[in-house]
Amino acid sequence: MRSDRGQRSPILLKLFAAGGLLFLHLPILLIFVYAFTTEEKSFQWPPPGLTTRWFAVAWNRPDVWSAMALSVQVACIATAIALVLGTLCAAAVSQTKFFGREVISLLVILPIALPGIITGIALRSAFSLFDIPFSVWTIVLGHATFCVVVVYNNAVARFRRTSGSLIEASMDLGADGFQTFRHVILPNIGTALLAGGMLAFALSFDEVIVTTFTGGQQATLPIWMLEELIRPRQRPVTNVVAMVVVLVTFLPILAAYYLTRDGDQIAGSGK
Amino acid sequence: MTSAVRFQKVSRHFGSVRAVDGVDLDVASGEFFAMLGPSGSGKTTCLRLIAGFEQPTAGAIEIFGERADGVPPYRRNVNTVFQDYALFPHLNILDNVAYGLMVKGVGTAERHREADRALELVKLPGYGTRKPAQLSGGQRQRVALARALVNKPKVLLLDEPLGALDLKLREQMQEELKSLQRALGITFVFVTHDQGEALSMADRVAVFNNGGIVQQGTPQEIYRLPKTAFVADFVGSSNLLSPDLMALLGGDRRWASLRPEAVRLAGDGTEATVENVSFLGAATRLAVEMHGTKLHVMLPAGADVPGVGTRVRLAWNRQDIHYMDDAA
Repeated sequence: MRSDRGQRSPILLKLFAAGGLLFLHLPILLIFVYAFTTEEKSFQWPPPGLTTRWFAVAWNRPDVWSAMALSVQVACIATAIALVLGTLCAAAVSQTKFFGREVISLLVILPIALPGIITGIALRSAFSLFDIPFSVWTIVLGHATFCVVVVYNNAVARFRRTSGSLIEASMDLGADGFQTFRHVILPNIGTALLAGGMLAFALSFDEVIVTTFTGGQQATLPIWMLEELIRPRQRPVTNVVAMVVVLVTFLPILAAYYLTRDGDQIAGSGK
Repeated sequence: MTSAVRFQKVSRHFGSVRAVDGVDLDVASGEFFAMLGPSGSGKTTCLRLIAGFEQPTAGAIEIFGERADGVPPYRRNVNTVFQDYALFPHLNILDNVAYGLMVKGVGTAERHREADRALELVKLPGYGTRKPAQLSGGQRQRVALARALVNKPKVLLLDEPLGALDLKLREQMQEELKSLQRALGITFVFVTHDQGEALSMADRVAVFNNGGIVQQGTPQEIYRLPKTAFVADFVGSSNLLSPDLMALLGGDRRWASLRPEAVRLAGDGTEATVENVSFLGAATRLAVEMHGTKLHVMLPAGADVPGVGTRVRLAWNRQDIHYMDDAA
């Protein structure tokens, strides 16, 4: 039960709160509105007319599809790598004591504290030093640096709250390492991994800076959008794509929220 | 009599820390064995060595005649009741208890039947569908017990099993554990820092200090004939008499212990001054000063109790003076 039930908040506070919410969300609505505008050269307010023809145009543009495919591919692979490496790292750091543990913990988190541009430049010079050609994998590598952190942060917090004696209890009752992982560790960290994975996917999906340095000529969806804005050509197509992206990413995040709501939630750290 | 657990010169060192150092241990089959000692004395490490969570740095461990060192915990017929119970929070009580059978591949119907039976054994029938978080501390402890016993271990290890329970529950569980052990005939090895618990429950007690066993024996032996001053001090509120005092009293110049209840007030004894009087119900405890040493004297109920500050004379039987190895 809330202790302040029945108490009314001052009108000024309500106005400020409403203003804050509008400031945050009106621009997103504007994007939706511009997806239907008839004016294709500039964003003109109010829209001179409304049309749905940009949806068909966007559907038939192969560059939209290739950018979308690349983004999904990169985000999936980076998230998968992050889930494996982040979980393993979190397990090592939280379950055992070894020389240099704190250093490793810091080094893992560092990429998220480091400005993306530094990560990007560093990776780019490393790639050119070793003559590695740009490919999907160079982008994946760049994204994995911060995706691992997100998964690691979620997993390590859950591991810390998962009593170490649970693992010992499982072994004591006859379960080997694999059985213990499957029946005890995974159920206990599952929701944390789901939340971390979702966040990692979302971060990778809209990443621009690191991708600029590690992508070469290929365009992920956010890079493609950026280019579209700079060189105006069928501008509302960008808005159509943006709208689809919002809807497509919003649903899994909503799902993750409902799935992790029952267990005590761990906030992911944003980049 | 077969040995359930045998340690031969077992050591477990963590870097320069000698957690367990050259321990010889022999737990008989069907015995209720207590490992007693202050924290950091090595008793818990010994328990973990039996369970397999630790491997010895040196020495040999045998469980029912089979070499156990190098064998992982999941291949030992030994189960543990953990201090924090370590129940799986995501499983209900029935699945917690059936966990050991589940990983061994026992079918659902059979393992649930066995788990139900184990829950009845610990007096928690019908609790199977609840989650661990919905149970009280005492109930969780019973579940932990059932979860271990359902595997029919040859040795059951208990790590401070009653430490987290309140006094009344603790006394009740002491009796239940004891009768459970008698009924099942399983060897119980438990770790405790509570000397009362060790003395009242165990058939035999090993007193640990500084990574080694100072004394092993029945509770009576440990209490009456402490081998060192540490045992005398840790196991009971025994009076420690220094070598100088013993010489003054006409005895050997060695450390000795004297039980408070062995001292009586007499007309022809050694002079002492009463400093404090505590009424304990069944007895009255005097704190007295004798030749500069503070002693406790336990007077039975009904005896005349001298006032604070009065001079009294103390006497005891010669055989109640128990000489010890050292003052460590």
